[in-house]
Amino acid sequence: MSVPFVSTRNGLPVSLADLPFIPTPEFREGILDRVREGFRLAALFADDGPSLWAVLADDDTGTLQVGRTHLSQPSFAALTPKCPQAHLFEREIAEQFGIIPTGHPWLKPVRFHRPWNEGPDAWGRAGEPRPGVMDFYTVSGEEVHEVAVGPVHAGVIEPGHFRFQCHGEHVFHLEIALGYQHRGIERAFLAGPHPLSLKQAETLAGDTSIGHAWAYCMALEGLVGRSLSPRVDRVRGVALELERMANHVGDLGALAGDVGFLPTASYCGRIRGDWLNLSAEVCGSRLGRDWLRPGGLRHELDPGLAERMLPRVEKAWADTQDAVELLWGAASVMNRFEAAGKVDPAQAKDAGLVGVALRACGHPRDVRKDHPFGPYTAHPVAPAIAESGNVHARAWVRWNELKESHRHLAEALEALGRSPAEAAPEPLPPLALERFVVALTEGWRGEILHAAVTDGEGRFARYKVVDPSFHNWFGLALALRGEQISDFPLCNKSFNLSYCGHDL
Amino acid sequence: MISILLSRLRQGHRTLPYPKALPTLPERFRGLPAVNASRCPDGCRTCAEACPTEAIRIEEKGPRIDLGRCLFCPDCVEACPEGAISFTRDHRLSVREREDLHLGPGAELRLAGALEGELMRLFGRSLKLRVVSAGGCNGCEVDVNVLSTVAWDLGRFGIQIVASPRHADGLVVCGPVTRNMEEGLRKTWEAMPEPRIVIAVGSCALSGGPFHHRPEQLGGAAAVVPVDLFIPGCPPHPLTILDGLLRLLGRLEKVGTTSRTL
Repeated sequence: MSVPFVSTRNGLPVSLADLPFIPTPEFREGILDRVREGFRLAALFADDGPSLWAVLADDDTGTLQVGRTHLSQPSFAALTPKCPQAHLFEREIAEQFGIIPTGHPWLKPVRFHRPWNEGPDAWGRAGEPRPGVMDFYTVSGEEVHEVAVGPVHAGVIEPGHFRFQCHGEHVFHLEIALGYQHRGIERAFLAGPHPLSLKQAETLAGDTSIGHAWAYCMALEGLVGRSLSPRVDRVRGVALELERMANHVGDLGALAGDVGFLPTASYCGRIRGDWLNLSAEVCGSRLGRDWLRPGGLRHELDPGLAERMLPRVEKAWADTQDAVELLWGAASVMNRFEAAGKVDPAQAKDAGLVGVALRACGHPRDVRKDHPFGPYTAHPVAPAIAESGNVHARAWVRWNELKESHRHLAEALEALGRSPAEAAPEPLPPLALERFVVALTEGWRGEILHAAVTDGEGRFARYKVVDPSFHNWFGLALALRGEQISDFPLCNKSFNLSYCGHDL
Repeated sequence: MISILLSRLRQGHRTLPYPKALPTLPERFRGLPAVNASRCPDGCRTCAEACPTEAIRIEEKGPRIDLGRCLFCPDCVEACPEGAISFTRDHRLSVREREDLHLGPGAELRLAGALEGELMRLFGRSLKLRVVSAGGCNGCEVDVNVLSTVAWDLGRFGIQIVASPRHADGLVVCGPVTRNMEEGLRKTWEAMPEPRIVIAVGSCALSGGPFHHRPEQLGGAAAVVPVDLFIPGCPPHPLTILDGLLRLLGRLEKVGTTSRTL
């Protein structure tokens, strides 16, 4: 641990002058040592230096260790063979900057675009890459066959390509090729903040507008040293928990639908709307658009509104309990939930899963507890866990999170009903020059990471986004191993990952 | 079993009475924008400069808003020193022609008219839709999907979302159409039997939305397929989407203009 990684905390910037370039071999060993000690690799990314940046999360102490190294050539020894959670980060680095992680066992494109720096393509692809064209893993042998699905799927859902290696119904392996939703979001942030940056944060995974908008705001607020009042933090907490309620209720309903249990499926589809409509009462948008702004709020939750919302929260919660509790008493539901989609707890940790999928494997990791932000220091929430790692565990974690979110919401609305609304925040001053900041929030899917590096003029020299889906898509692949292909929809719904959040 | 029946009693019948009665929209809901150009000082460009998607152009008579680009955010409202611009709670926004979304001062929004002739005969009482997300953020997607829940019950209008383009009469497109989805979108459209219609949902599918300047996308559905119905919003409220679909099928006012003027 002698290697000079710099210790910081969620939302607390580090001056680039205090962040030395570590020699590459020591940077690499520093990451491997820390991961062995139980740190998580929360982010690993490159810039055009070419440099590599690493963010390691120590969830037990609530600290983040950050380090960077300058590369003397566009390659480095891959971490993935010893640290599987680096695998997608290293593929992304190769695709964005043509920097080759040598010895990477699974070096394939992630989003199918040209390198940012117009340098040589890591795979020697000429012209615009064609999405979904890569060397897929194959299994050969008598009666082994391949099932290809997508990019366009048979529902109202985002595009992605899935390849199953099967023997009859038995799935040996699922490989997931995404990138169809790539809109160039990280590049769009460069030289920002721009007038559209907040909008792009809200829509980079549009079902998680609050989670991402908050992370974006927190990064900016860290870079100007703006702290928020407890009241503003509480309102943001209401926004985030309403988003969690709506999505978890929707997911539990969708899971019920996938096992043919229609009562919960029908009720939850409607009740999800009741939660979304509560967000719309505050900000005019069911998805929480234009609620937050850097420095505070765009729409206050004034005391009168808080009082009017509270009975509606209680009504929606009564309906939610009534609809969801039916699941646990239905043998046909339990039978299907418990038999499908098991992820091994050790593999979940090694693969770097986050959020609901990780907690369903018995690991109580939750940014709200481990790296508390906003209201969660003063008003903590207990992470929900389950042990078995299967579809049932992921459903059960959601259910227990609903209970905790409801408690938090009700307490917050009651408190907000008693405190006067605050004036709109002053616009933020220009960002501090040459700083690095990491902002983490716990969205409904899991850990959201935004990391910003500012240049000598206070503009974004690099902006990194890690949606929880980026970590968790590989978890879905693990969950399908040894399963039947007909259980794919159920397993998929139990993760309910974002395509655009991954594709950026 | 008894718990399921009791729950059924408690949950009750909750399908919205729309279109007989309008559901209550939140007070802060941002629908059709309205401009009182008489308040605009000469040469003022504040709203146009505040708009993050360059949806506002200042003309001789006042600001002209492109609802295809508008994200329905309050940037222009907050920026205007004269309070000349505001959002009404009018959810009706859909049009048949892209140009109709350019809303000049004093003009009325020419709301979508119904399909005509053979298209009306074929789809008027039964419309099967295939939805393709082409770079959508899952905002428009979820608010299209919500129409199939019991609250909105899209099926009662003879409209249904289907799983194959071969079974579809209409294509619903969400998202700015990323380069990586251009082929997928085109192939889906080509796989649909003729005659077929295309419905673009949300500012991304209308103009590229918050990504309109990105080279990774094509600026909306019309870059790839011919669009018959444009539904603005970021995302549009489910009621706005349903209003557009029902107008297309002639289930709402035959001649669609709003009473509100801009």
